Amino acid sequence: MEALVKLRGVSKTFGAATALHPLDLAVERGKTTVLIGPSGCGKSTLLRLIIRLLEPDRGTVDFDDEPITSANIAERRQQIGYVIQDGGLFPHLTARDNVMLMARHLGRPADESNARLQELCALTRFPADALSRFPVELSGGQRQRVSLMRALALSPRLLLLDEPLGALDPLVRAALQKDLREIFTRLQQTVILVTHDLAEAAYLGDRIVLMNEGRVVQEGTIRDLREKPTSEFVTDFVSAQRSLVLT
Amino acid sequence: MKTVGALLLLSILPAVAQEPVIVGSKKFTESYVLAEIAQRSLGNAGIRAAHRQGMGGTIILWEALRTGQISAYPEYTGTIAEEILKLSPPLSLEAMRQELAQHGVGITEELGFNNTYALVMRRSVAERLGLRTISDLRAHQQLQFGLTHEFIARRDGWTPLAQRYGLATPRVRGIDHGIGYEALRNGSVDVKDAYSTDAKIAENDLVALEDDLRFFPQYKAVFLYRLSLPGPAITQLQSLAGTLDEPRMIRLNAEAERTKDYARAADLYFNTSGSHGETLPHKLLRWTARHLQLAGIALLLSVVVGVPLGIVASRGGALGHAILSITGVVQTIPSLALLALLVPLPFFGISGRTAIAALFLYGLLPIVRNTATGLQDIAPPIRESAIALGLSAAAQLRQIYLPIASRTILAGIKTSAVINIGTATLAALIGAGGLGEPIISGLNLNDHATILQGAIPAAVLALVVQWSFDLLDRLLIPKGLRL
Ligand SMILES: Nc1ncnc2c1ncn2[C@@H]1O[C@H](COP(=O)(O)OP(=O)(O)OP(=O)(O)O)[C@@H](O)[C@H]1O
Ligand SMILES: [Mg+2]
Repeated sequence: MEALVKLRGVSKTFGAATALHPLDLAVERGKTTVLIGPSGCGKSTLLRLIIRLLEPDRGTVDFDDEPITSANIAERRQQIGYVIQDGGLFPHLTARDNVMLMARHLGRPADESNARLQELCALTRFPADALSRFPVELSGGQRQRVSLMRALALSPRLLLLDEPLGALDPLVRAALQKDLREIFTRLQQTVILVTHDLAEAAYLGDRIVLMNEGRVVQEGTIRDLREKPTSEFVTDFVSAQRSLVLT
Repeated sequence: MKTVGALLLLSILPAVAQEPVIVGSKKFTESYVLAEIAQRSLGNAGIRAAHRQGMGGTIILWEALRTGQISAYPEYTGTIAEEILKLSPPLSLEAMRQELAQHGVGITEELGFNNTYALVMRRSVAERLGLRTISDLRAHQQLQFGLTHEFIARRDGWTPLAQRYGLATPRVRGIDHGIGYEALRNGSVDVKDAYSTDAKIAENDLVALEDDLRFFPQYKAVFLYRLSLPGPAITQLQSLAGTLDEPRMIRLNAEAERTKDYARAADLYFNTSGSHGETLPHKLLRWTARHLQLAGIALLLSVVVGVPLGIVASRGGALGHAILSITGVVQTIPSLALLALLVPLPFFGISGRTAIAALFLYGLLPIVRNTATGLQDIAPPIRESAIALGLSAAAQLRQIYLPIASRTILAGIKTSAVINIGTATLAALIGAGGLGEPIISGLNLNDHATILQGAIPAAVLALVVQWSFDLLDRLLIPKGLRL
C-alpha cells in the first residue's frame, strides 16, 4: 500500500482532556478512508490536525512522505480540499465566487477558471444557473455541492470531508452519497471522510477506521469489522447501527 | 468607501491651500464688532480674511496671536500694559510697540475711542444742570449716585475717584448694573458707573461725563497683529486708526445688540447697510459646510485609525483589552473637558485641528468596538473554511472577515458620524466655526432665534447623515448578507 498521508505518533489534548492519544494512521492514495466512531471520539480533531487548523502536541503528519510544518502548510492547504458539515460557505459571496475564490486569489486565468467551473458543475450535478445565488438562497444539498466544488476547485490531492451529509434529509443524503461515490471513483481521489453512519461508511469507504475515546480501535473493511471484531466495543458499535437499520 | 474618502479629501484641500488672514475676537460684543470690521476691511482690499469669533479672554487671544494661530485681534492699551506686558501704565504707545516687537507682534495707532469706566447721567438732567465733566459734579451734592458694587470696591473705582475730584457726596448706593440703568430711567438714581462705549448709553439717551482730570486708566482700542503679516494687510489694519470715536463705537455696539448681528454693525461702519452683509442662507451654507468639514475629516480619521484598532482588538489578549478600555475611557471624558485638555497642547491650541482631534477621539470607540465585535461574531466554520482554503491572513481579513463584519462596522461608523455632528457644535467654542457659531453668539446675546439658526440645521444634519448611512448600507453591505 502506498500512503499519501501518514500520521506518526500524533496526539492532541485540550487542557486536561485528551482528544487524541498518540496515534498512527496511514491514508492510502486514491482510496476513501472513513473515520467513524461515537461523538467526541476525536474524528474532527484528526482532520483539523491534518490541515493544521490545530497544532499537534506531539508527532508529525507526513504528506507525500514530507512532514507538514508551519512553513509549508500554506502550499499544502492548496492541495487539500476541506468540507464541513454546514458547508462553511462565505455568505457574502455567490456560489460562483465561493468556488472560484482561491483560483482568483492565485491569479488563474479567467477562461481556465470558467472551464473548470463548468466541469465542477457537471461533476457535482449543480445547476449552472444557480451559480449566481448566494448561500442563503440555496438548499442544504445544493450548499454541500457548492462546498464540494470549492474543495475540488484546485484539483486537490487530498479531500477531507467532515460529516458532509450530516445535516441533510435522507433522500438528498442518498442522492449525494451516490454522487460522491461516482466522483471519488472518477477522480481516483484520495479521501478521508468522517461520518456517524456505518451504512454510509460501508457504501463510500474502501477502508474504515473505527475510533473510540481518542484511539483507533480497529481498521479494515466493513467485512473485517463485522466478521473479525477486535473488541467488544467494535461488536457493540456495529450491531447498534445494524439493529437500527433492521428494526 | 474610497470615493467617500476622496470626496472628503477634496473638500479639505481648498482650506489648506490658501491661508487667510485670521482675525480673532474676545467674547463680548465690542470685540466681535471690531474684528468683523477688520475682516471686512481686509476683504475690501482683496485680502482673504476670516473672523474667528469669541475665542475667549485676553490670555487665550494673546497666546493665539503669539503662536500664529490668529494674525490679528482688537485689544485695549490698558490691557496690553497690565495683563500682557505686565508693566504699570501709563505706557506710551511707542514703548508698547517696542515691547511687543520682541514677541513678533505689532500694534496699530489708536482706533479713536477709549473703553474705560465712565460716570453717566440722563441727557436731560445733565443738560438742565449744565453738567459736562466729572469736576462739574462738585457743585451738585444733592445728586443720588447708584454705583455697582464692583466699582465701589475697585482700587481705581469710586473711593479714589471721589478723593481725586473732591466729591463729598454722601448719597451713594450700591446697585446691580442692569437694575442701575432702570433706576436711572425712572429717576431714583442720577449718576451711575458704566463702560464708556456701552450700547446702553445710546439706548437710554445717556451722556458720559468727561473725565477731565484723567483719573480713569486709558483703555484705548487698537489692533494687535503679527509683524509677519504681509504689508498690505498691515496697511489695511492701520487704516482703521482714528476712525472710531466713542459715540460711533456706542452706536455700532448698540446696532450689534439690537440686530443680534455683528455683521450689521460692520455694515454701519462701512455705511454699506447690508449690501456686504452676509445673507442668512449664505451664512447657513458657510456654517454647514464648515460643520461637515470638521465632522467629516474627524470621521475619516476615526475610520482610518478605528478599523485597524478594532481588528487588533478583535484578537483579544492584553493589547485588545487595552485598546477597548482606552477608547472607552476617552468616550467618558465630557466633550468640553476634552477640548479644554487639548487646547494647551503644542500643535493644537485654538484651532480647527483641536476640534477635529476631539471629534476624532470621540468617534473612535463606536468604530473600534463595532469592528471588534463584528469580527469576533464571525462563525468558527467560516473562519476554518477561510484558513483551510489556504488564503493568506491578509486575504482572509480583506476578502472574508471584513465584508462579513461590514454591517456591524458600518453601524459603528454611523454612530460616530451622528455623534460627530452633534459634538461639532462645540467647535465654535474654540473658534473653529461650524453651526456652533450662531449657537454660541446666540447664548452670548441671549437670543433664541440666533441659537436656533445653529441648533435646527445641526439637528437636520444629524438626520440627513443618518439617512445617508442607511443608503450607504445598501451600497456597501454585500448583497448576500442582506437577503
Ligand atoms: N477547541 C476545543 N477545545 C476543547 N476541547 C475540544 C476542542 N475541540 C474538541 N474538543 C474535545 O475533543 C474531543 C474530540 O472532539 P472532536 O470534535 O474531534 O470529536 P468528533 O469525533 O468529531 O465528535 P462528533 O462526532 O460529535 O463531531 C471532544 O471531547 C471535544 O469536546
Ligand atoms: Mg466532529
